[in-house]
Amino acid sequence: MKLREVVELLNAKVVSGEAHLDAEVEYVFASDLMSDVLTIETDNLLLITGLANLQTIRTAEMSDISKIIFARKKKATDEMIRLAAENDMILIECDYSMFKTSGILFQSGLKPVY
Amino acid sequence: MHFEFNVEGGNFSKAGTASSQLKKILKQLNVDPKVIKRVVVALYEAEVNIVAHAYNGVIYIDIDTEKIEIKLIDEGPGIADIELAMQQGYSTASPEVREMGFGAGMGLPNIKNNTDELRVTSEVGKGTTVEMITYLNG
Repeated sequence: MKLREVVELLNAKVVSGEAHLDAEVEYVFASDLMSDVLTIETDNLLLITGLANLQTIRTAEMSDISKIIFARKKKATDEMIRLAAENDMILIECDYSMFKTSGILFQSGLKPVY
Repeated sequence: MHFEFNVEGGNFSKAGTASSQLKKILKQLNVDPKVIKRVVVALYEAEVNIVAHAYNGVIYIDIDTEKIEIKLIDEGPGIADIELAMQQGYSTASPEVREMGFGAGMGLPNIKNNTDELRVTSEVGKGTTVEMITYLNG
């Protein structure tokens, strides 16, 4: 699925990296715990998180994750957007809960990591 | 090649800058992306540990054609029981650290998973030294 469809399905808003909207997504991981994110070995992952701080972006950078959805109305700060842009990431803000966000994407065929 | 980075205890806004620098360096050196991910994830965990637990620290990185050797030396409270600290789920992290998405007692076990050799030594009241080696053709 293309990220553009993900954004439409979630009624979400892209706040950084619009140029990546045509990128393909296959696997998704949802967590607020960055320690968990750092243990995932799957490549080309979309991360759903409710944790919106600089360490979310740093964690994604180290884990080679370039697609992040902030669920439950969490907003990316300017500093996060700057760091995300430096690392060629797309940041998406979504008003749905983590459960609803995950549920919609799962139902649409995106796959879990485990 | 030798690199050194200073790490400030408690400064979460800068946590990860050394790991980020190393990632850029390894990319320029055309290191296998899988190896890069293992090395920077391990270093990032260790860097966050210094920020979360120590007063300050220095990261020494040596890269040659065979391996990447990283030594992190911090001044801090030290670890009383290293075996216990290596156990998954054991953590002494503050609420502030947990708010940043860490402190679940997964850092040291994850460093172990992402390195070929790991040695942790510590003196209570003085500080901790973490040495990790990753082989480029491992």
